[in-house]
Amino acid sequence: MALDSKVPKGPIKDKWTEYKNHINLVNPANKRHIDVIVVGTGLAGGSASATLAELGYNVKAFAYQDSPRRAHSIAAQGGINAAKNYQGDGDSTYRLFYDTVKGGDYRSREANVYRLAEVSANIIDQCVAQGVPFARDYGGLLDNRSFGGVLVSRTFYAKGQTGQQLLLGAYSAMNRQIARGKIEMFNRHEMLDVVIVDGKARGIIARNLVTGEIERHSAHAVVIASGGYGNVYFLSTNAMGSNVTAGWKVHKKGAYFANPCYTQIHPTCIPRSGDYQSKLTLMSESLRNDGRIWVPKNLEDVKLIREGKKKPTELSEDERDYYLERRYPAFGNLVPRDVASRAAKERCDAGYGVNATGEAVYLDFASSFVRYGTEQAKVQGIKNPTDAKIKELGQEIVKAKYGNLFQMYEKIVDENPYETPMMIYPAVHYTMGGVWVDYNLMTTIPGCYAIGEANFSDHGANRLGASALMQGLADGYFVLPYTIGDYLADDIRTGKISTETPEFEAAEKEVRERIEFFVNNKGMHSVDYYHKKLGKIMWDKCGMSRNAEGLKTAIQEISDLRKDFWQNVNVPGTDTEFNEQLAKAGRVADFLELGELFAKDALEREESAGGHFREEHQTEEGEAKRLKEFQFVSAWEYKGEPKDAVLHKEPLEYENIEVKERSYK
Amino acid sequence: MNLTLKIWRQKDASTKGKMVDYKVTEISEHMSFLEMMDVLNEQLVNSGEEPVAFDHDCREGICGMCSMYINGEAHGPDRGVTTCQLHMRMFKDGDTITIEPWRAAAFPVIKDLAVDRSAFDRIQHAGGYISVNTSGNTQDANAIPIKKEAADTAMDAATCIGCGACVATCKNSSAMLFVGAKVSQYALLPQGQVEAADRVKNMVAQMDLEGFGNCTNTGACEVECPKGISLENIARMNRELMKASV
Repeated sequence: MALDSKVPKGPIKDKWTEYKNHINLVNPANKRHIDVIVVGTGLAGGSASATLAELGYNVKAFAYQDSPRRAHSIAAQGGINAAKNYQGDGDSTYRLFYDTVKGGDYRSREANVYRLAEVSANIIDQCVAQGVPFARDYGGLLDNRSFGGVLVSRTFYAKGQTGQQLLLGAYSAMNRQIARGKIEMFNRHEMLDVVIVDGKARGIIARNLVTGEIERHSAHAVVIASGGYGNVYFLSTNAMGSNVTAGWKVHKKGAYFANPCYTQIHPTCIPRSGDYQSKLTLMSESLRNDGRIWVPKNLEDVKLIREGKKKPTELSEDERDYYLERRYPAFGNLVPRDVASRAAKERCDAGYGVNATGEAVYLDFASSFVRYGTEQAKVQGIKNPTDAKIKELGQEIVKAKYGNLFQMYEKIVDENPYETPMMIYPAVHYTMGGVWVDYNLMTTIPGCYAIGEANFSDHGANRLGASALMQGLADGYFVLPYTIGDYLADDIRTGKISTETPEFEAAEKEVRERIEFFVNNKGMHSVDYYHKKLGKIMWDKCGMSRNAEGLKTAIQEISDLRKDFWQNVNVPGTDTEFNEQLAKAGRVADFLELGELFAKDALEREESAGGHFREEHQTEEGEAKRLKEFQFVSAWEYKGEPKDAVLHKEPLEYENIEVKERSYK
Repeated sequence: MNLTLKIWRQKDASTKGKMVDYKVTEISEHMSFLEMMDVLNEQLVNSGEEPVAFDHDCREGICGMCSMYINGEAHGPDRGVTTCQLHMRMFKDGDTITIEPWRAAAFPVIKDLAVDRSAFDRIQHAGGYISVNTSGNTQDANAIPIKKEAADTAMDAATCIGCGACVATCKNSSAMLFVGAKVSQYALLPQGQVEAADRVKNMVAQMDLEGFGNCTNTGACEVECPKGISLENIARMNRELMKASV
C-alpha cells in the first residue's frame, strides 16, 4: 500500500484553516449514535476523551492505572511551549514551527508541525480557563522560561510539575463528562487487541486487570493514545507500566510503525547507582536555564574526586571544563537534548566522568546563586552584602523556581544540591518514533487513530523540550476532534457495532490463548529476567551511539532472547486475579518484537539524525551527519517476524524551511 | 543489610487477610523501598510463590499510585516523600519492617497492599472541574490577571497527588485534606469562583456518601502528606461550605 500523508494543498499557513472549512461534519444529533474508544488517558487521550464527549460522541476510555489522573504525562516537569510572544522577544507561529523542524533534524512532516505551532497558543488559553495554576509574575500575568534549542522564552510552567497540572486539567474536563455519562471510564483495564471488521477498526479486546476478565468493546473508531515505548530499554524515565502493547497490537493488525529508532536520550537524569535499579529519574531540562554543566579539565582531579579525596567545589573556574559552553557558544547549556547527551557521553568516554561508575557530569548552580543573589540584594536595598548573604538570597530564588526538583534529587541521592553540584547522566526518556499517521492522525488502518507520543508525526528525529505536552494536548483538544469527524460522517447510519461477530470471536480467542500460555508455562525465568536482558542489549547496541556491527548483533541477540522467552518464561499465579506479572509478561513479549524492529530500522538508516547517531556517519567534529537520500519517514509493515517487516518510505519535502546543517555553535 | 518484613497478604476483597513474615538479605542502602520490594518479589517468583501485589507506577513521587503503610506511617518514616521515594538508608541492618495497605473503609483492599481508591475519582466527578468546553475559543490567557499570591497558593493546593495518605493516616479516615485541596485550588482562582458554591456542596456531599469520616483537627494528614498540603485547605473548604450554605 502506498503511503498517502493526505496533507492539504495550499500555502502552509492556510492549510489547517482551509482543511477545517471543507471537511465533513457530523450533526450533533447523530454524534449521539457514534461510539469512540480511546486507549490511554494521558494528555493526548485525556484531552481527546473530554473533547469528543463534549462534542456529543459516546466515549469509552481505558487506562491501566487506577485513575486517569495517574498516566505518565503527570511526570513531565519543565513546561509547555506556546507561540504567545508574551515576552515580546520575537516569537511567532513560524518561529516555533522553524525551531521544531530544525530541532527534529529535518525529519518531521512540515504541515503537521506548522499546525502544532498554530494551535499551541489556544492550549494555554484553554488550560487557564480550566483552572491550571501556571506560574505568574507580580503583575498577575503569565511567566515564561527558556528551553533547549531555542532563542526565545516561550515555555509556560507550573513550578516543576507542569505535566501534573496539565493532566489534572484534562482529567477535570474528563470528570465533567464522566459525570454526564458521556465518558464511560475503564480504569485498571488494558487493551490487548484491536478488532478489524470489513477493513475498519471497530473495537478492542481488553482485560480487566483486577478480575482478569476478558472483555469485548465495540466502537466506530479506535484512538490509540498509549504513549511511548522507552521501556524497551528496561531502564528509562518512563513509568513502570508504560508499554508499547496498544501501538504494537495495531501494528500487527495493519498499522505501519514509523521510525522506531528515533529515541530521545535525555541529558539530565540522575545517574544509575546499582544493578537493582528499577527506573531512572529525570531532572527537568529547565534546570539548564540556570545550571552550568561541567567536568574537571584534568584527569588527576577526576581521579581524586572519584576517590572522595577532593570536592567539586574545591576546583577553581579554570580547572573546570564547561564543555557545552566551550563547544556551542551560541546556545551553551541550552543546546538541544540529543546534542547535550552526546557531549556528556563524549566526555565520560574520554574518562572525565565524576562518579564511581564514570558515568556522570556536574550540573552546577553556584554562579546562579551569585547572579540572583546580587540582583536580590539590590532589589532589597542591602548595601555591601557578604558573599554568604548573596548566596543565601540567590538560593531562595532558585528554590522558588526549582524547589521540588532539588528536593527530589536530595531524596534520591542523599546529597544537598544547594551545597554541592548535582550529578547527572543521560537516560532514555521519550520516543519520537511510533505508529505512522497521516495529516488526519489516522493510521494505515481506517478508523484507527494514534495521538500524542504514540504516533510519530511531529518531532522528527529529536524532540525539543516542552514540546511533548504541547503535542499531546494539541492532538487531543484541537486536532483529532476535527479530523475524526470527517471520517465518522460516513458512519451516521451504521448503528451500534455488534461484538457478537466472528471478528471479535477470533480476536478474543487469540488473546485468551496467549494468556493461557503464560499462566501454564511455568518456565524457569521471571519476566523481569528477560526484560533486563533486552534492556541491556538495547542500551549497549541501540543507545546513544550505534554502528552496523552492533546493530546486527543486537538483531540476532533479541531474536534468540525472544525464542528463549517463549520457552522458559515463568508467570506465577492465575489469570482470574490481580496479577501484575501476567500483565507484564504480555508487555515484555511485545517489547521483544519491537526491539528487533527498532534495531533493524537503526541498521537501515545509514545516516545520523537527531537521536539516531550512527558512528559511521559523523562530521570531523563528531556532530551528526545527515544524508539527503535518507530524507524520508521509514514506515514498517508487519509481516510476521520483525526481520520480515517491509519498509515503506514517505518522502519528506521542505517547502517552507531551508534544510541546512543543524548548528548550535 | 538484612531485614525481616511483616507484610499484609490478602487474596482479594472478600477473603480474610493476615500478616506473613519474609526475609530479605543484602539490601543496599541506596535502594528505594519499592526496589527492595522488587527484590523480595523476584525471590518469591523464583521459589514458586506468589509475589506481593502493590500499586506503583511513576516511581518518582508524582503519579500517586504507590501506597504503603510502613511501620505505622503512611509512606513510611521519611517526610515529604511517597513510598517510591523512600530509601532504604532510613532503615538499619536487622530491622523488622511492618508493611500494610492503606486502612480505610472507603478504600477496600483489592489484593495484598493494593487498594481501591475510586472513591476519590467519584468525589471529583461530583464537581472537581470548571465547566468550560475545550473549544479553543476561550479568552486570551492573560485577559484576567491573577495575583501572584493567589496563583501560588492555588498551585500549592493543586500539588496534591491523590495518593490517599491523608485518609490512611487519619484516625477518622477523613478525606478532608484531599477534598479541601481541590476546592481551594478552584476557589482561589477567578475562573473557579463562578461555580464555587455548587462545587463545594456537591463534593462534600459525595465525600460523605463514600463513607469518609469527619475532621477533628488532629493534623496527622498534613504531617504525612508527601506534598505538604496544608491544613489551611480544610479551613478554606469549611469557609466555602459555610458561605455556600447560608
